Amino acid sequence: MALLEIENLVVEFQTSTGTFRAVDGVSMKVSAGEVLAIVGESGSGKSVSMLAAMGLLPWTAKVTADKLVFDGRNLLGMSGSERRKIIGKDMSMIFQEPIASLNPCFTVGFQIEEVLRIHLGLGKAERRKRAIELFEAVGIPNPAERLGHFPHQMSGGQCQRVMIAIAIACNPKLLIADEPTTALDVTIQKQILDLLMRLQTEHGMGLIMITHNMGVVAETADRVIVQYKGRKMEEADVLSLFEAPKSDYTRALLAALPDNATGDRLPTIGEIFKQTSEGAAQ
Amino acid sequence: MSTTNTTSAQPSGLSEFWYYFSRNKGAVIGLVVFVFVLLLAIFASVVAPHDPNVPSGFQRLPPAWSEGGNSAYLLGTDAVGRDMLSRLIFGTRFSLFIGLVVASLSAVAGVLLGLIAGYFRGRTDTIIMRVMDIILAFPSLLLALVLVAVLGPGLLNAMIAISIVNQPHFVRLTRAAVISEREKEYVVASRVAGAGTLRLMFKTILPNCLAPLIVQATLAFSAAILDAAALGFLGMGAQPPTSEWGTMLADAREFFQSSPSLVTFPGLCILITVLAINLMGDGLRDALDPKLKRS
Amino acid sequence: MTPVLEGKNIVRNYFLPGGLFKKEKTVHAVKGVNFKVEQGKTLAIVGESGCGKSTLARIITMIDPASDGELFIDGKKVDIAAGDLTPEMRRKVQIVFQNPYGSLNPRKKIGDILMEPLIINTNTPAAERRELAMSMLKKVGLQDVHFNRYPHMFSGGQRQRIAIARALMLKPRLLVLDEPVSALDLSVQAQVLNLLADLQDELNLTYVFISHDLSVVRYMADDVMVMYYGEAVEYGSRDQVFNDPQHSYTKTLFAATPRADVDTIRARLARKNAAIAS
Repeated sequence: MALLEIENLVVEFQTSTGTFRAVDGVSMKVSAGEVLAIVGESGSGKSVSMLAAMGLLPWTAKVTADKLVFDGRNLLGMSGSERRKIIGKDMSMIFQEPIASLNPCFTVGFQIEEVLRIHLGLGKAERRKRAIELFEAVGIPNPAERLGHFPHQMSGGQCQRVMIAIAIACNPKLLIADEPTTALDVTIQKQILDLLMRLQTEHGMGLIMITHNMGVVAETADRVIVQYKGRKMEEADVLSLFEAPKSDYTRALLAALPDNATGDRLPTIGEIFKQTSEGAAQ
Repeated sequence: MSTTNTTSAQPSGLSEFWYYFSRNKGAVIGLVVFVFVLLLAIFASVVAPHDPNVPSGFQRLPPAWSEGGNSAYLLGTDAVGRDMLSRLIFGTRFSLFIGLVVASLSAVAGVLLGLIAGYFRGRTDTIIMRVMDIILAFPSLLLALVLVAVLGPGLLNAMIAISIVNQPHFVRLTRAAVISEREKEYVVASRVAGAGTLRLMFKTILPNCLAPLIVQATLAFSAAILDAAALGFLGMGAQPPTSEWGTMLADAREFFQSSPSLVTFPGLCILITVLAINLMGDGLRDALDPKLKRS
Repeated sequence: MTPVLEGKNIVRNYFLPGGLFKKEKTVHAVKGVNFKVEQGKTLAIVGESGCGKSTLARIITMIDPASDGELFIDGKKVDIAAGDLTPEMRRKVQIVFQNPYGSLNPRKKIGDILMEPLIINTNTPAAERRELAMSMLKKVGLQDVHFNRYPHMFSGGQRQRIAIARALMLKPRLLVLDEPVSALDLSVQAQVLNLLADLQDELNLTYVFISHDLSVVRYMADDVMVMYYGEAVEYGSRDQVFNDPQHSYTKTLFAATPRADVDTIRARLARKNAAIAS
């Protein structure tokens, strides 16, 4: 049974120039234990669709879908208090800017214990013990000492580990990672990705990895969805996508990678894509 | 080489500004009232039914709708017999004039000092800010009173005093904005292009600091009107027979019990004008602050 | 042939004065770096955050002075700590920044942004300035109609093009590019890289290209310098460095870069299946 089922999701924003459709009829399914990568450039709506599923969009957004179901429960029209029982507990999310995503006024220990208190109702001593366990699980050295540190005292990589610890604190069934390594250095990126994959295998979580980096997709995903301007262009398992992409956009995306450069100049997506019928239809 | 197109039609700056401004209903009301007051000030001599300085012979007449009132003098007359309505209408000129002059003076001086402090930092910054702190440490009205006592009572001196007292707010705002803009890449880019200090200060950085300053200027406008009215009420601002609203309040002090309309109407005028300008300033801030923009 | 750019033992230290509660300390941002770039070539500086590459970029662009060492532009020694730069020297090196959203003055029209370097440094009459700015705008792939628009009306890729155009207005000998495509989408990145390659061919430009993205570096560079904590741990031609890295950090860097090819995927899936089976 699918963990998260989305069918025909549409997200519209009210702006000073009219209505803007950020997500235009996207459908997808994620099962437990699988890694789905959503790949696209900026403006493709990949973050917005996941934020819509989590209910984290501002009031100016209008979210409609034929189906938006998590673990058998309908997320559409769910009341705030119902939703808050699921978010952060069974379905959690980590974001792109690790230092900015943590509250600068509170220690990291306070922030992770907050999640444990609200969702699991643990007592003070239990919370501390679990917080230390979680910090160890994500590879933060000296966890007991670190609990008393503030986000600005830690590096980007460590803050991202804290975020991951907060996200997995309640053993979620589904973890959504929104560009978790884009703001990090290459060597740290590898560590964080390895950590995420290890946790995913250990806990049997479903993992949705949102990224614009094809390398990250190749190294982590089981299945891939390619989005462009709010629409789904292609969905395939990772090997088929790289070997034999069906969509012109995917082909253009792969061809634009500097590593795949054949001649002196890179083929630009504009050239390839617009020439095709798919591009003309956009 | 591929050519590119810009993004779809962007709204013009003015229409985008109006979109955000008009969402604040209070601000639009404030704008309407302010424009009304402005028009009254411009066309005062045409609109006012009587000369504001000529006594009519009827002293302390109540408003036309209460008993004993005279419909020729809609809001009644003051202690000397001058028509209240005409005085109030001509009073708009003084208030707007005061607001404009004070806001401009304190803005220009404040922005200049703030620019220098924020750009050069170090000793210059410390000295300027400490002087501003000293000015801010005094209750503003008291300080204005002291200055007027030194300079002598009168509208012009009152305006100078109020400008000096209002200036530190501009200095602080400008300094903060300059410090934050100074390190941005477009400033470095201009430096790399060879721009000198003056060009960097006035042409590169200053235009980007304007949004909070515009809001502050609006608030300084209304604060100036209030301060001038207060000084006038204390007898240290505009001197009688000027029909400035605060001075009118001072004249009416002794008749508060017997002819309350003499106090109420000037007070109402001050209230409405200041409120309108503050509401406008609120709307301006919402419209100009990029962090509040949603699209 | 004198190299366009040469640096000998460049050192940069920052002195952070102690306050009431913290001790003073000295940060050694760049610890003695040597490099040389010939005309028409590209030197890529690779490293992660904190390695000193942006500091080095600022030194080369003559924004900040070096604490020690010698910098030569076109064979002439440069020392901005000693005195102000002559306009002639100022024109020789220009820079393109990483952030397309911060590097253009939001209150100025594009045309004015492009003409500013000419106004400051030359006596070109107004009509000619406009002509030059207009032709540079077209050279980077934009149109006449964009001349009077403001930066916020353009996308990230277009802004980078404008930044490149601005940098080229003074016809510099050397262009320093500080992570110019890192903030751009893949498709736009390709366009901007193509533009840079075209300009280099046409104008015989010399580039110092800073990046943390190895695939871009492999594509653009002639020579590569790898920096780690302020030191140049590897320096050689592109093929040398990529095919036979010497330093352990370089090897770590290469190993950590995610590879987007089919073989990597097959290997990973095979490992996964083996792990499940066991």
